[in-house]
Amino acid sequence: MRSLDQKLKEREEQRRRAFAALHNCDRRTFLQLSAKLAAVATAAGAGLAPHSFQIVELAHAAQKEGGETSFRFAYISDTHLYARGMSHRFVRAAMKAVEDVNALRPPPDFVLFGGDLAQLGQKEELDLGKQILSELKVPLRMMVGEHDWYLDMGDKWRDLFGEPVYSFDHKGVHFVTLNSVVEKDFWTERGMTPMERMVTVAGLDNPVQSRFEVGEEQRDWLAKDLAKVKKDTPVIVFSHSPLYKYYRNWNFWTEDADEVQKILFPFKSVTVIHGHTHQLLTNRIKNISFHGMLSTAWPWPYAPEGLPKITIQMDRADPFDQFDGCGDGTVGVRTDGQADKYYNLWDRSPVTVAYEQVASGKAAPAGPSY
Amino acid sequence: MRTALSISLTLVTLAAGFGVGRVVFARGPAGLGRHEEPATYRSVTACDRRKTVIVEGALPDQPLPAAKARQVAALLQDLMRFCDEEVTARMTSREEVFLSVNGLPYERYVLGSELPYLPAHGKPHTDREQAIWKAESDKIVKEGHRLFHSSDLGKNGISCDMCHPDASNTHPETYPKFQTQLKKVALLRDMVNWCIENPLEGPKLADDDPKMKAIEAYILHQRGGVALEPGKH
Repeated sequence: MRSLDQKLKEREEQRRRAFAALHNCDRRTFLQLSAKLAAVATAAGAGLAPHSFQIVELAHAAQKEGGETSFRFAYISDTHLYARGMSHRFVRAAMKAVEDVNALRPPPDFVLFGGDLAQLGQKEELDLGKQILSELKVPLRMMVGEHDWYLDMGDKWRDLFGEPVYSFDHKGVHFVTLNSVVEKDFWTERGMTPMERMVTVAGLDNPVQSRFEVGEEQRDWLAKDLAKVKKDTPVIVFSHSPLYKYYRNWNFWTEDADEVQKILFPFKSVTVIHGHTHQLLTNRIKNISFHGMLSTAWPWPYAPEGLPKITIQMDRADPFDQFDGCGDGTVGVRTDGQADKYYNLWDRSPVTVAYEQVASGKAAPAGPSY
Repeated sequence: MRTALSISLTLVTLAAGFGVGRVVFARGPAGLGRHEEPATYRSVTACDRRKTVIVEGALPDQPLPAAKARQVAALLQDLMRFCDEEVTARMTSREEVFLSVNGLPYERYVLGSELPYLPAHGKPHTDREQAIWKAESDKIVKEGHRLFHSSDLGKNGISCDMCHPDASNTHPETYPKFQTQLKKVALLRDMVNWCIENPLEGPKLADDDPKMKAIEAYILHQRGGVALEPGKH
């Protein structure tokens, strides 16, 4: 017969395991576990309500070495809206993301919109986007994408959202938003109409267009803006395209990325959050961490070459599930200025890419083939 | 036809055998390719003037030995199967046979087998022909590219390239396969139609619709060089 001591020890061990599992489990397991634990808590009179999974993420992040989460911002990106009624699949997806962000507890400090609000830069599309995003209950920071820009070269977008290039400070972090989708004029000599220009840029594999760049003017602006910032102040940069060279043929690319990175190298902690690639994407170049954002509209396959080796790839999306491979997410900015990236994949387990993982530079296991 | 041929071949055989008649002799024929020039040889041409056997080691001014002559006759008779071809055969002193068909390089040949190089239509493709054929197949691929990048197939503005840049992630080499979501074996065109009906919200295409053919042509063209793996998931 086992002793009472032994029984108590076993029970304690079971409890420890259950809570440890909470920190590491996927969404479905979490929901099962949390339902059980909530029942236990309620029975014990603790008055705990079953809550959303994000709080656990925060608690989890807080236990890591290298700094607690100081604040969080959410992101929604690449909605690619068509003005074709509220039942259009991309409209429904964008609204789903807005609901997600509004449901976050505690609410994020702000929301970054990562660009490509519209599909073909049309007034109706951008108006619709603004209307959907106006449902957000937290402040919104806008970034422009090529799909918003190349019909009227940003006129309508600027009317709605102001200048696309700006910086701001928030809780000790210096934020910079760039327009990284500047292209050299390929349309004038071809005599293209604005819509032909727009459709050309919108075609990811269309070789007629030129490559994205930040451009000299913005690089000068960036250097001047950062001249005022202390080198140990954490810097977070928002750019629509990845600020490195991933795959040129699809413009998963910024032509002058090397020059932009040079401006960022002197800073102690730099994080770039970008859209455009519609996939889990992680890179590290010297002191700069790069994180891609999910699209709400559709996932893109990984490019045939150039994928950064530390990227943990998402599996091929199920085409029969509109929301698979899509989603939104948050960025947890830590007290040490580094960032943990959270991908809220809608129809599969969420993924957290912690700063430690990025900084380790460890190659991820091979992903799916396309 | 067959009877007529064997009669004329018999004549050649006899002529060769007795070292008289239509035996054509020439020194240093063109087209020996990479082979060394034999010291001595004589050539025998069939009555159709399109089949020639060069007998290496034979003395130019002597009739062929009877056994050799029979071998030459058998070879010529065999080569007459390829009526339309211009064939030059080299028979080495070790009785190996090499053939040059329509002026192409010599290849080893075993009596009774297929010609070592025989293009589909029996003649080598000229550059001009190949240019025309390429232009014709490029046309359908180009039309496929247009459709693949156009929202015309659907009703909601979405086009194929939005999820499949450069036709990536279409893996046409894995069809036919059991498509679990459709609960049946699918061909590439079935998945193309699924995408047209669902993400694109358009009407499906008939299997033999020129648009479907063009889309398939474009996808397959993009995937050139990838090994076929039907059934792979």
